[in-house]
Amino acid sequence: MNVLDIRNLKVVFQLHDGLLPVVRDISFKIPYGKTVALVGESGSGKSVTALAIMRILPKIAQISGGEILLQPDPNQGVTDIALLKADSEQMRGIRGGKISMIFQEPMASLSPLHTIGNQISECVLLHQDVNSSQATKLTLDMLDMVGFPDPNRALKTFPFELSGGLRQRAMIAAALVCRPALLVADEPTTALDVTIQAQILKLIKDLQQELHMAVLLITHDLGVVANIADEVVVMYHGEVMESGSVHEIYSNPRHPYLKALLQAVPHFDMKPGERLTPVREIETKLGHLLLSGGQSQKMQAQKAQSDTKPPNTIHLSVKKVFRTFSIRNKPLFGKSDNRIIRAVDDVSFDVLRGECFGLVGESGCGKTTLSKILMKALQPDSGSITYFDSEQEIGQEIAPGIALGIDVLALEHEQLFDFRRKMQFIFQDPFSSLNPRMTVYDIIREPLVIHNVGDRAYQVEMVKELMRLVGLDPRCLSRYPHSFSGGQRQRLGIARALALRPEFIICDEPVSALDVSIQAQVLNLLKDLQSELNLTYIFISHNLAVVDYIADRIAVMCHGCLVEIALKEELFNNPVHPYTKALLSAVPFPDLNKPLDFDAVMDGKSSVPSAWPMPYTQTPHTQTQLTAVAPEHYVQTQVA
Amino acid sequence: MLSYIVKRLLLMIPTLLVISILVFVIIQLPPGDYLESHIAELQSQGESVDQDKIKFLRQEYGLDKPFHEQYFIWAIGMLHGDFGYSFEYDLPVREVVGNRMFLTIMISVVTIIFTWVIAFPIGIYSATHQYSWGDYGLSFLGFIGLATPNFLLALVMLYLANVYFGTSIGGLMAPQYIDQPWSWGKLQSVLEHLWIPVIVIGTSGTAGMIRRLRANLLDELQKQYVTTARAKGMKENKLVRKYPLRMALNFFIADIGSLLPSVISGAEITAIVLSLPTTGPMLLTALQSQDMYLAGSFLMFLAMLTVIGVLVSDLLLAAIDPRIRLQGEIAK
Repeated sequence: MNVLDIRNLKVVFQLHDGLLPVVRDISFKIPYGKTVALVGESGSGKSVTALAIMRILPKIAQISGGEILLQPDPNQGVTDIALLKADSEQMRGIRGGKISMIFQEPMASLSPLHTIGNQISECVLLHQDVNSSQATKLTLDMLDMVGFPDPNRALKTFPFELSGGLRQRAMIAAALVCRPALLVADEPTTALDVTIQAQILKLIKDLQQELHMAVLLITHDLGVVANIADEVVVMYHGEVMESGSVHEIYSNPRHPYLKALLQAVPHFDMKPGERLTPVREIETKLGHLLLSGGQSQKMQAQKAQSDTKPPNTIHLSVKKVFRTFSIRNKPLFGKSDNRIIRAVDDVSFDVLRGECFGLVGESGCGKTTLSKILMKALQPDSGSITYFDSEQEIGQEIAPGIALGIDVLALEHEQLFDFRRKMQFIFQDPFSSLNPRMTVYDIIREPLVIHNVGDRAYQVEMVKELMRLVGLDPRCLSRYPHSFSGGQRQRLGIARALALRPEFIICDEPVSALDVSIQAQVLNLLKDLQSELNLTYIFISHNLAVVDYIADRIAVMCHGCLVEIALKEELFNNPVHPYTKALLSAVPFPDLNKPLDFDAVMDGKSSVPSAWPMPYTQTPHTQTQLTAVAPEHYVQTQVA
Repeated sequence: MLSYIVKRLLLMIPTLLVISILVFVIIQLPPGDYLESHIAELQSQGESVDQDKIKFLRQEYGLDKPFHEQYFIWAIGMLHGDFGYSFEYDLPVREVVGNRMFLTIMISVVTIIFTWVIAFPIGIYSATHQYSWGDYGLSFLGFIGLATPNFLLALVMLYLANVYFGTSIGGLMAPQYIDQPWSWGKLQSVLEHLWIPVIVIGTSGTAGMIRRLRANLLDELQKQYVTTARAKGMKENKLVRKYPLRMALNFFIADIGSLLPSVISGAEITAIVLSLPTTGPMLLTALQSQDMYLAGSFLMFLAMLTVIGVLVSDLLLAAIDPRIRLQGEIAK
């Protein structure tokens, strides 16, 4: 028995030059009380399918064939949603009443001007014959059920006053308050941190049992699928590639696309040196300009040297960096309160030449603030950052292995300008980090122009080389960024960062905005570039599996504080700090034999320093420091 | 909220002080003063000028005093409601302006209401029916409205009003009511005449507002929360009113600050063409003849309106947008 039965559904987009089929003849069923995962990369038509079920497709899209048969209750009749008018009374009753939907971005999905209570009780008032006080009562029950600690208070809060996790809980409350037979969840956890993701997945799972509803989960994360789905439907280019029970799919993937997808996801069980296989491989070519020149010859020499002795020279040294922000919360009504947020709290670490230093933490832990301080885009309150230059290292060694460093924070004007060539940045959002009004040629050439590197011929040659280096066709140079996909744009960002031939690159979540299939491409590219150009990376991410794939050493950051630093293998095999453990246990594996331990998901307590067990507890009155628990393995513990 | 209002009101004092200094400097900038241009005018008409009388007048009006003293006399006078003396009219500024000010404010307020009443439904319709024939037609009309110069529209409207409605040309009331005390008949006559200047002054503002409302609303209609509301099964009309329109209101309220002065200054040329007894034409002649206290008071009046308008829009924004009301700012 199925709550929803989709038969030969077709959706087309009406474009200027004709019809574009987006969903081509797909069929699948959603049984009562089960979870069906719809998997695919962006552009595969999975979200369009969901919108078609809700009949809230954008104006340019229309259902051109097929049936969507809804049977909310085994004892009730069957309705073909595809035949209803999108704004008819009957369809409005089904929308929100029988089928409801939650979306990826909990902030954007809630109106910032209306209270949570208003937005939830609205659903009750729309679909049930109740007065407003009864609706408020139902809303309170629902808020309690989704885990709001104080439902009465939550009723009157605005979305921007809540954290991402609580916002998504509010969204779920709004979707489930009318007890629908089917919940359509479109990437419900993609925008959330791993620990929050685990909590939300657990919540959906629990509520599903309690309310006996079916779930259509749309996601590209095969780890999430393995943990929550009963059945899987894999979509590619608007067609169903493969479908079946989650066991069949994971134990015996048949379709090449699914196999490729499974191989493109970084996971913890990868053998040392194992490479991800992107769904679509890119070809890169290293040119002579990037390899030639004085600097890189030295680097080559150094590389040859480093083959003989272990590379343990320090490239960047960060000592006791503090940075606070004061939040002046001055509401128009009531008392003002001044709070001081320690965004970066006594952070010290060294990055070795040629290594990839991973920095892991959840949103708001201060990792981006730290990266800005490293670039001297933000001045810390105190602390020092020392950069060791390769040229100086060869010329001016004070003592063997000890080089003269550059005090980054003291740099001013021209010195700072020159220093910028050594350290570059790759941004998170490939869409907003490229100027839409500049051609690709101008974008990549801009650093060369600013720093007045070479003549025009050199610059043209360099830009072409950079394009080939990141696997893009130099013939596309006269195009604008909008004609490139997200992954291609991120590669353009990488090319721009490499234009000045820096030695040190800070990558701030470079793959978090990309699809899994594209993610593997970019990660492999970064990895190759690192070894070919002998680069040093700081790789910032909230995704442990990604950091595990690319980094050599990893630092875990929480509330502005580094809680654990260790070599990659050591950290994953032997995590010591409770926060690291919580993070690791919250990462969903794309493997049915390693389900998430949902009971271990502390309800948001894993990231509260005062709730950590001794000796890791941190309160404003305790002093903690990094203590070695093993060689090269440090953990933040209380000072006795 | 109370402390915020008080703070905002206190902030108005230095703002107005700086504006008053600027205004005074500007009206003093042209070489000479009212008396000099008056003498020049008399001489060009071949009349003799009594130097003693000029000297007496100069002393009387304090024109021989240094610049800063003149400013203080003017500024302190304004605090007492004494806006100075108009040379041209030989009357205190307050008496010259009084009645005109009332009519100016009336026309402005009616124009603003006219703008809103017309712009809102059309803007909403255009945004929710994007690229429909209705949208194209209304956009076309809007662009015509934007592109037509006010004075031209004024002349056309005057002609039409006279030919088809028999309304007397120009002015804000029938000739027999001018300088008469207010009465029913006078009010009726004013209302009868009012619609021409209101349409003339309001048209370009309305067209502009339609374009901006449409653009803002279109942006908001794309947002995820609209899809969410749709997924709840809300009716489209109700949905648009509750969510995107509410968001699009912000720009509109922020606009009030600049709306008041722009309506009033936009009305000036129109007022001259229509020979309306408002303040516009008077400001122009006052500036031309260097009737400094009159001009200065006008400019101060406009500045005052701007400051009040900004205050009103800030308070309204805080009242309707919880993000502004509740969110603290992050200090660097």
